[in-house]
Amino acid sequence: METRDIVIIGGGPAGLAAAIAAYDAGCSDVVVLERDTLLGGILNQCIHNGFGLHTFKEELTGPEYAARYVACAEELGVECRLGSMVVDVSSDRCVTVVNPERGLYSIQAKAVVLAMGCRERPRGALNIPGFRPAGIFSAGTAQRLVNIEGQMPGRKVVILGSGDIGLIMARRMTLEGAQVACVAEIMPYSGGLKRNIVQCLDDFGIPLLLSHTVSRIEGKKRVEAVWVSEVDDQLRPIPGTEVRYPCDTLLLSVGLLPENELSREAGVELSPITRGPVVDDSLQTNVEGIFACGNVLHVHDLVDYVSQEAAVAGESAARFVLDQVQESDSTQICLCAEGGVRYTVPTRVCPSRMPDKLTIRFRVANVYRDTFVSMYVGEDRVLHRRKRVMAPGEMEEVVLKKSDVLARPDTSSITITLEGE
Amino acid sequence: MSKETHELTCINCPLGCLLTVVVDDGEVVSVTGNTCRRGDSYGRKEVTNPTRIVTTSVPVVGSATQKMVSVKTAHDVPKELIFDVMRALRDVRVTAPVSIGDVVVADVCGTGVDIIATRCA
Ligand SMILES: Cc1cc2nc3c(=O)[nH]c(=O)nc-3n(C[C@H](O)[C@H](O)[C@H](O)COP(=O)(O)OP(=O)(O)OC[C@H]3O[C@@H](n4cnc5c(N)ncnc54)[C@H](O)[C@@H]3O)c2cc1C
Ligand code: SF4
Repeated sequence: METRDIVIIGGGPAGLAAAIAAYDAGCSDVVVLERDTLLGGILNQCIHNGFGLHTFKEELTGPEYAARYVACAEELGVECRLGSMVVDVSSDRCVTVVNPERGLYSIQAKAVVLAMGCRERPRGALNIPGFRPAGIFSAGTAQRLVNIEGQMPGRKVVILGSGDIGLIMARRMTLEGAQVACVAEIMPYSGGLKRNIVQCLDDFGIPLLLSHTVSRIEGKKRVEAVWVSEVDDQLRPIPGTEVRYPCDTLLLSVGLLPENELSREAGVELSPITRGPVVDDSLQTNVEGIFACGNVLHVHDLVDYVSQEAAVAGESAARFVLDQVQESDSTQICLCAEGGVRYTVPTRVCPSRMPDKLTIRFRVANVYRDTFVSMYVGEDRVLHRRKRVMAPGEMEEVVLKKSDVLARPDTSSITITLEGE
Repeated sequence: MSKETHELTCINCPLGCLLTVVVDDGEVVSVTGNTCRRGDSYGRKEVTNPTRIVTTSVPVVGSATQKMVSVKTAHDVPKELIFDVMRALRDVRVTAPVSIGDVVVADVCGTGVDIIATRCA
C-alpha cells in the first residue's frame, strides 16, 4: 500500500492552505485529494469581490483568491490529485480513494487533514407544505448554474433565507435581468453580512422581509407563485398575513452544514452545535493524527479565517509527523461556551503545547448590543472586552495567552461568556 | 435651494449605523447617526459619488475545462452605470487561452476602467 506522511482531503482554500503550511513546517511528503476536476473548492463559483481583505489587503474575487493559493502550492510542488474522491477514512488513518483511472485504492497516512468543506441544507429539511414543482433551487446551486454553466434558473425570483449566498444571488440574478421580488427571513435579523445587505439588496431596491417565511408554494409542474407570511415569536406563520408573489423560481439560502460523513466513519467525535469535529488547540480531533479545518470544522463567512485556521491544522499535522509526539497523555483543559456564546473552536487546550497566543473562534446565539466578552481561566477573569454589537452571522474571536494559563496550574476549565457589565 | 435627505446604512462594521445625510444644492451639509468617522466619510461618498466593482461572467470558446470565464471591472465604477456595464458585456465572448488579468473589454462605457478576467481558461 502507498504510504504518505500527510493526506489532505479536499482541495479548497482550507486544503491548500493546510498543504502549504505543512511544507513550510518541514514536511513535504504531502498529497491533496480533490474529487472535483479543479482546485479551489467553492471559491470557483463565488465570482463576486470581497475575498482576501484581511490576507492580501485588497478585494479579490473568489477565483482570484483561490488562484493565489493554487499558484503557491504549485510552486512548492505539492502533489494534488484531482478527480480523486475519498470514500473512507479509518481511525488508523487509512484513506480509501476512487479515481476514474486508478479505480479504488488506499493510502496509509501518518496524519490526515479533513478539509471537505460544507454543503447546503437540503430543502427537505424545510417543511413547506404543497407540491414539489420544478423551479426550487438552493442558492448555491443557482450560483453554480449562472456563474459556471452560464444558465439562468428563472426570471422571477423569491429568495427564502438571508444568508450571504442568498443575498449574493439576489444581486447576481438581478444583474442578469431577472426580477427578484423579495428576500424573506424567518428570524428578526439577517444571517448575512451588512455589506451584502446594502450592496446586494438596497442597491437594487429588493425588500428584505424580516420575521417572514414562505408558507405556501403554488404550481404543479413549475413554481407559479409563493406565499410569504409574517411569523410570530415562535416562528409560526401568522394567519391572515399571507402575501402572494407570482414567480417561477424559489431560491433557498437556509444554511450550510459541514460535510462530515467521512469523519464520522473514522470515529471522529462531532459537536451537536457546529456539526463539525470537536478539536483541541492544534485542531486535532479525538482521533490521534486526524486534524480538521475550514468549513468542515465549522461554517465560516470569511475565507481569510479559513486560510488562517487551515495553516494551523497543516502545521500541527507536520509537527505530529515530524516530532512523533504522543500528545494523548498530556493534560488538557476544557473550554466552555456560556451565557450566549454558542460554541468555541477549539474546545480543548493543552497548556504545555499551546502557542503563546491562541486564537479562539466563536459565534453568539443572538444579536447583542453593548455587551462584554469575558474569558475566565478557572475563577479569574483574564479578558473583558466591550463589543458594540455582536450577531450570529458574524464569527467572533478572542486570544488566550499561554502565560495566563500557565500562571494558574490547577485550572481545570476556561470559560468564554457574555456579560452585561 | 434644493435640500435632500438620504437615509442609508453604513457598511464599514457590523454595527450598521443608520446614517442621515443632508445634501443642499449638491453639497453635503450634515451626516448624522454615525458612531465614528468612517461613517461620516462613507455617508458623504455614498451620497455624492457612490461606486461599485461589477463582477459577472462571460462565455469562453475553445476551453477544454469550462464554459464561462468570470470577469470584473478592474476598479470601481459609478453605481448608476452598473446596468450599462452589464449591457456592454451582454454579447461579449472570449477565446481561450485566457489568463487572470487579461483585458476583456477596454474602457467599458467610457469610464476609463477595463473589464478584466478573474479566472484562467
Ligand atoms: C456559496 C458561498 C459563498 C461564499 N461567499 C463568501 C464571500 O463573499 N467572502 C468570503 O470571504 N467568504 C465567502 N464564503 C466562505 C468561504 O468561501 C468558504 O468559507 C471557504 O471556501 C471554505 O473553504 P473550504 O476549503 O473549507 O471548503 P470548500 O471551498 O467547500 O472546499 C472543499 C473541497 O473539498 C472537496 N471535497 C469534499 N469532499 C471530498 C471527498 N470526499 N473527497 C475529495 N474531495 C472532497 C470539495 O470538492 C471541495 O473542493 C462563501 C461560501 C459559500 C459556500
Ligand atoms: S459609522 Fe462607524 S460604528 Fe457606525 S457602522 Fe459605520 S463604521 Fe461602524
